[in-house]
Amino acid sequence: MAKNKKEALLKTPTGINGLDEITNGGFPKGRPVLICGSAGCGKTLFATQFLVKGITEYNEPGVFMSFEESASDLTQNFNSLGFDFEKLKADKKLYVDHVRIERSEIEETGEYDLEGLFIRLNYAIDTVGAKRVVLDTLESLFSGMENMALLRSEIRRLFTWLKEKGVTAIITGERGESSLTRQGLEEYVSDCVILLDFRVIEQIATRRLRIVKYRGSTHGTNEYPFIIDEDGISVLPVTSLKLDYKSSTEIISTGLAALDNAFSTGGIYCGSSTLLTGQAGTSKTILAAHFAMSSYKRKESTLYFSFEESPDQLLRNMATIGIDLKQAIKSKLLHIQASRPSLQGLEMHLLVFNKLLEELKPRTVIIDPISSLITIGNNNEVRAMLVRLMDTLKMKQINALFTSLTHDGPSEYNNPTVDAVSSLADTWIDLKNEERNNERVRSLLIVKSRGMGHSNNQQDFTITDKGINFTTSNKK
Amino acid sequence: MKEKEKEKAKGKLIIEGKLILKLYVSGMSQKSMKAIENIKLLCDEHLKGSFELEIIDIYKNPKLASEKHIVFSPSLLKILPLPKKTLVGTLSDTKKVLKGLGITIE
Repeated sequence: MAKNKKEALLKTPTGINGLDEITNGGFPKGRPVLICGSAGCGKTLFATQFLVKGITEYNEPGVFMSFEESASDLTQNFNSLGFDFEKLKADKKLYVDHVRIERSEIEETGEYDLEGLFIRLNYAIDTVGAKRVVLDTLESLFSGMENMALLRSEIRRLFTWLKEKGVTAIITGERGESSLTRQGLEEYVSDCVILLDFRVIEQIATRRLRIVKYRGSTHGTNEYPFIIDEDGISVLPVTSLKLDYKSSTEIISTGLAALDNAFSTGGIYCGSSTLLTGQAGTSKTILAAHFAMSSYKRKESTLYFSFEESPDQLLRNMATIGIDLKQAIKSKLLHIQASRPSLQGLEMHLLVFNKLLEELKPRTVIIDPISSLITIGNNNEVRAMLVRLMDTLKMKQINALFTSLTHDGPSEYNNPTVDAVSSLADTWIDLKNEERNNERVRSLLIVKSRGMGHSNNQQDFTITDKGINFTTSNKK
Repeated sequence: MKEKEKEKAKGKLIIEGKLILKLYVSGMSQKSMKAIENIKLLCDEHLKGSFELEIIDIYKNPKLASEKHIVFSPSLLKILPLPKKTLVGTLSDTKKVLKGLGITIE
């Protein structure tokens, strides 16, 4: 940034995970920012986080002027983010002013101005030396008042005043019917406008954020999913991932010697992604377990997402065929994360993925199966999520294995997750279970494998009490 | 005696008990001055002896603005008699002011 000779807009870090990336550094410093959205979309939390993180991480004191919530609600808001509201106040880092207006007691008897508010705000800012200010929800001032024109011109004056004061201010506003905010505040805040949205699609709630306007700065224009959890708001930037990851030439085993031999390199590339497709009962999970065990043998940690079986069930089933996942778990090299896909929205899943990746730093990730994610989002969303996930894994050079359930149909792989992943996956193995000579025969075929030669033969195998056993010999 | 007759001609202003008022203004702004002028006119002419008026400049007492929940300026607070009322603005709308202060005209 320092190299940039052009007069760049100074930015203030937002304190919201992921948002600085989208806004190329944060909010415009010393300017008002409008956050709008319908009730319950997270505006107040957004503003609170901006303020609290400003204090705790950037040493910028703040003023919270609340027009709606009572002091106790506010305390709860701060505490929910794990910050001690009273302590911040006592340390003179935070000044809270609750603007309470009793409509029933007010009578308008002529022209007036908002000088009372200005004085309070000025006093608050000067008391703590505030760099950040939150006005939540300013528009409440309008309710019940008759002289709208007068209030509007006063609000306009307020924004100008805030700029002169040099504070970075967040003003929250409730979404109006035909405009972003009820009173059209977006007309006055011309620097930065952010829209929050809360939608329920097929019973699953998703939160989204969009930068409507950001004068003088480049910014991402997509709708970005965001989530609210115990750490507050996190935004997931979709497009911050680039196709510039490194590619390893190191070879790792799939966990099955016979399968390794089907590749000219004697295994798959380290940090590559593998897709495993097949109908129900074609041993996808068993192959995945072998994959996990090969990672264990390399003394590398593995993160196993199981969407259909509980960890216990998975352990028991694999134990019957001689795959001892238990020892891997005991050694803390294998972590099984089991949850129903429908438990939470896609964004939440992706966030759990990312969090676990950060926490456990696995070298191998298995998702079994990705096809069940279809139940919780439309195809485009699932596809977008998988692409993001795969990119993340690639960047981190993690070995990835995805299984996907396919069905009989006009197209063999008529499954959107296969569609999404197959072109991105480096290796694609298809499993079959077909009838030949009055016998069910399991077989495996390598559909593709990038950057290496591979066997084109269908390879038959059986499942023994020592796991998968190939019955046809491999010819390289 | 003359004044009483005048009042009679306009209708008598009746209030219950003593009126306690606080007028919060912001310095010498035009609106503040107008409000002061209006309330003085009303009280001195019609409510002699039955009111108490304090004028407070919030510029000089910024903390008070927050404590007394002042947002609009000027703001006239009727402390007594209850119910409490806040009259915002220049107090030019006499009808509303009288109603707000609980003054009835006979």
